[in-house]
Amino acid sequence: MSGLLDAYAKAAGEDTISHLRQLASTLNGMKVVHVNSTREGGGVAEILCRLVPLQQELGFDARWEVITGGKEFYQCTKSFHNALQGNPVVVPERLLKEFEKTNRENADRMKDALEDADAVFIHDPQPAPLIKYFPNRKGKWIWRCHIDASQPYRPVWNYLRKFVAQYDASVFSLAEFSQSLPHPQYLILPSIDPLSEKNMDIPDEEVDHVAATFGLDRSRPLAVQISRFDRFKDPTGVIRAYRLAKKFSPGLQLVLAGGGATDDPEGSTVLKEVQEAAGGDGDVHVLLLPADAHRTINALQRAADIVVQKSIREGFGLTVTEGLWKGKPVIGGNTGGIKIQVIDHHTGFLVSTPEGAAMRMRYLLLNRERREDMGREARDYVRRNFLLTRQLREHLTLMVGLHHGSEDRIGMG
Amino acid sequence: MPFAVKDCALAAIATGVRAHNLRELRDRLMTVHPGSIYYHFWGGLLRAAFENREYMNDFADWSRKAHGLHDEALAERLSVIDPTDFEDLEELRQQLVEVTSERLEESEKLRLLHADRPFMFIRSQIVIFDTYVTIEHPSQLPMTAPMMTPSSFFFHFVDARRRTKDRMDDFREWLMEFGDEFRSLIDRLAGLDPYFVPLVELKEKIADIFTGYFAGETV
Repeated sequence: MSGLLDAYAKAAGEDTISHLRQLASTLNGMKVVHVNSTREGGGVAEILCRLVPLQQELGFDARWEVITGGKEFYQCTKSFHNALQGNPVVVPERLLKEFEKTNRENADRMKDALEDADAVFIHDPQPAPLIKYFPNRKGKWIWRCHIDASQPYRPVWNYLRKFVAQYDASVFSLAEFSQSLPHPQYLILPSIDPLSEKNMDIPDEEVDHVAATFGLDRSRPLAVQISRFDRFKDPTGVIRAYRLAKKFSPGLQLVLAGGGATDDPEGSTVLKEVQEAAGGDGDVHVLLLPADAHRTINALQRAADIVVQKSIREGFGLTVTEGLWKGKPVIGGNTGGIKIQVIDHHTGFLVSTPEGAAMRMRYLLLNRERREDMGREARDYVRRNFLLTRQLREHLTLMVGLHHGSEDRIGMG
Repeated sequence: MPFAVKDCALAAIATGVRAHNLRELRDRLMTVHPGSIYYHFWGGLLRAAFENREYMNDFADWSRKAHGLHDEALAERLSVIDPTDFEDLEELRQQLVEVTSERLEESEKLRLLHADRPFMFIRSQIVIFDTYVTIEHPSQLPMTAPMMTPSSFFFHFVDARRRTKDRMDDFREWLMEFGDEFRSLIDRLAGLDPYFVPLVELKEKIADIFTGYFAGETV
């Protein structure tokens, strides 16, 4: 067994690796290409930077391509993102033209990589129109939606649907995100990589060092939300919850930390809003971290007593999985994929308002033993359900499934 | 014949079909892909769970939940349906349609009620893996069972009831090849209801039965 697969076998079990090998052997070294819109920042890039090497290790000719565009392209795709999550956004014709032009240019650039690929995974709306420029494509094309598309703004979805409908299959994180489409819609939950810098075990001294770097007092309680500065993550709601909880736990500190993503033009505006909401409170730490600050994030999550992800819309919420993996109960917004991960009284609490988040903070800060019990359950829950190997197995199952048509039972080995 | 230990995984596929009320549930049940009936009866066992299942299938569960139909009577009647009583998924589908139609006629409130969250019909493809482990003789079962995965028990103890001739699990079917020699072990396995407990617990219970039997324990 290779070093990488050997390491995963230790984390996820030998049987999991055996499943991957059996699936891979029937797909026989296929050429697989993933396309998304950023190499750094955000959950999709994080998944791909671990998934692709693992696919290579299993004998696939796996590649990762990134679509590039100008300012107007990203303005347009950010509008799509907001609209798919339910905001009524009118996208000007000018931006739509730029969107399609950018995809055409990227299609020319990626022609050699995509035309003869056996399987092409296109992630999210940004590269969705690429398929239009490959009428002679050889393989199966799959559109992977990472966004909470449960109630999309219809005019924008109808525009994107004309591209998505051309794919051989799509993948959504939850059934409630699925749409009316003329192809199979697979349901695959995202995952974290237990061996990555963001999730691997690190020494306590490193956690202490990172905490000290940011002026955090480890003798006092700490709540941490890690996410991009995006209104859907409700960072100002978290500050409100912190203030309500601090009345009962005066030592409470809050960290709101995130990096920028190259495909998110709104990040700096939201960061300013958050800094204003913090209002000079010395116990609120708003941190803009570099895209590669994985170990720092790892340390901050480990330093936390409570991890918060109070999103009002969320495709899945990998930061929830990360927090659970580190044995922390998570207070999460009752939305999208957070609902699958945060199980009330087991792995944390689901909340709908800042007031709800404050109440749960107070409860958890008061009950250390309960917090630790929930943390143990949380880690085990992730181990059983949300590790990279499970996601890869489902990707490979999808590929096998597409090659077997609509058969209900597929035998390996 | 040796017993070939298999393992499995389900690939879940959204059908795009949803039901917002009881009438829609009944109507969608008439036409939905048969794989969806399979998934909502058995697939739940392969999903992560913290607690024992209160109802034995997703239709009953949604009927009971506050964000679903919030109707205990329907949930209880759906829950008692044993899928192994039916020749195939089409017969099982008919029974579901019967029960939902009957309740629709009984309850005016349910004819009007609109659920907060719709029932999402999902279907599945089951992928079967070889573990390359074989059991030559039943006396090896106590040693092998603890090394099998929970999903392997799903395949041999739950899924088997859909595909074997007599709607029984693979262990019993295999043990019967030895005549009456393992009759009491077969009876103990027959007494284990697989639908209420998480797979991890089911695995432990089956492993305990094997260990207990070969250690000479009496029931």
